[in-house]
Amino acid sequence: MASLEQNTDNTAVLIQNLTRKFGKFVAVDNINLTVSRGEIFGFLGANGAGKTTAIRMLCGILRSSGGNAWVAGIDINKKPELVKRKIGYMSQKFSLYNDLTISENLTFYGGIYGLKRKVISQRSRDLLDRLKLVGFRNRMTGALPLGYKQRLALGCSVLHRPRVLFLDEPTGGVDPVARREFWDLIYELSDQGTTIFVTTHYMDEAEYCNRVSIMDQGRIIALGKPTELKQEHNVKTMQEVFFDVVQPVIT
Amino acid sequence: MFQTGKTKVALLLEALEKSYGKIKALHHLSLSVEPGQIVGLIGPDGSGKTTAMRIATGLLTPDNGSVRILDIDPFIRPRQAKELIGYMPQRFSLYPDLTVSENLRFFSDLYLVTKHDRIERQERLMKFSRLGPFTNRRASKLSGGMKQKLALMCALIHTPSLLILDEPTTGVDPVSRQEFWNILRELAEQGIGILVSTPYMDEASLCDNILMMYEGRIIGTGKPEDITTLFPDKLLEIRDIDITEIKRKLQMKYPTLSVQRFGDKLHIPYSDEEQFETIKSAVPDRTQVNPIKPGIEDTFVALMSKPNITADYISEESG
Repeated sequence: MASLEQNTDNTAVLIQNLTRKFGKFVAVDNINLTVSRGEIFGFLGANGAGKTTAIRMLCGILRSSGGNAWVAGIDINKKPELVKRKIGYMSQKFSLYNDLTISENLTFYGGIYGLKRKVISQRSRDLLDRLKLVGFRNRMTGALPLGYKQRLALGCSVLHRPRVLFLDEPTGGVDPVARREFWDLIYELSDQGTTIFVTTHYMDEAEYCNRVSIMDQGRIIALGKPTELKQEHNVKTMQEVFFDVVQPVIT
Repeated sequence: MFQTGKTKVALLLEALEKSYGKIKALHHLSLSVEPGQIVGLIGPDGSGKTTAMRIATGLLTPDNGSVRILDIDPFIRPRQAKELIGYMPQRFSLYPDLTVSENLRFFSDLYLVTKHDRIERQERLMKFSRLGPFTNRRASKLSGGMKQKLALMCALIHTPSLLILDEPTTGVDPVSRQEFWNILRELAEQGIGILVSTPYMDEASLCDNILMMYEGRIIGTGKPEDITTLFPDKLLEIRDIDITEIKRKLQMKYPTLSVQRFGDKLHIPYSDEEQFETIKSAVPDRTQVNPIKPGIEDTFVALMSKPNITADYISEESG
């Protein structure tokens, strides 16, 4: 069995035999995965396949029932609290404060991560500029269109400069232009060395990832570069790969 | 211009205007849905899709313009119109602590469906949606895809002629989405007119007609196979192993060029052969540069960013 020594500088996420059971139900069934630094990794699967359970374990929110994982070099079983501080996490349910302004949300999240006031204000300024939110910084968050909230939620999750960023369906319900802008930011973060671990139901977005895995009934049933997977299944799109490997729900 | 032949149009919206205070949500919006036709509304947040759909159901009054559902004006004869419409709002609107069959029963009662009709229809809808085995499961315990199917069945219990579906598949996985669309196609084949909004471009291509909305206006319309001809320029694709570097260099050399990255590819609109050659000569020899056919998403984004459209929906720093 591989050990910690394998966890070299270039490995951002190392997952070994990770398992989670809820009673008799096995939500995550012995998964193995290595994700490199700066990689954009697409974590795909049908609703209920176990993606969110796996991500919750990797973020230190949920304890595993077996196996282990190292995120940014930190053991998720031994130091879940440290994992939480070192990673960035953005969910579909943005968890922003609607009755705070954009600036106030950034300041609040900076405070949670224990950043100094000066650092917060400097990074907020940079982020507002890159997220194209400068003109809206004093607007109430609740009154903003979804695409703006999404960019702000991304900003709040990277303020402390995490090495690994988890995005759980970040673009659900967002229009194509906002999605393009969002992906530009993802590429920028990846180019700077941030590892991106993203789940999505948009199969065109799966094509934008460096590598993807597809989960079904708690197991990883496909893994590789989009181009390789398409070749392997002799199809033109990731959507077709998905249909090829995921069994439809039998009702 | 919308009345075709003698069959009644399932939905006809003409010259709709709607403002919320200073914000103009709809500018002179017209559209029609024929019986048996699936019409897709695509557009960004705040483009007016939901406003148009709410007006079509008669839930929201327009400032100007007219609505007809099979020739009936929902603002003059709301009860009759209600009978004809099945509406699925964007937000999940079922009762989580009622079971599948209790939810259907509740919607039947709202629409004054008789017991006899309800029992017969419920059986048919359960079979049709393959929700049969889950009749006694609480709505909160259903998967995302099953919830959406149940919401659709609730919108169908009074056998409407027109279905209005506001982003019914958002957050649903690809397999369940495909199943949902198969159901929509079957309903259309039975003669129901369907107006549906979606953020998924692959779903837009499953419609009979696409309407692209932006800032309260329709900026492009056509069949999925034709709509890409509205793309104003030509489009090229660049493939390279170091796409980040290529993008950076191109943008530095030609700051006005619109360079969009998709994984290991770049898409760049260009006007003529001369510009194509200029771009090609700016990248290394190993890099693949090829003209490609624009997709629905490319077309939408290009039409959206045309400069003659004024951005009055969101004005910066108003508060």
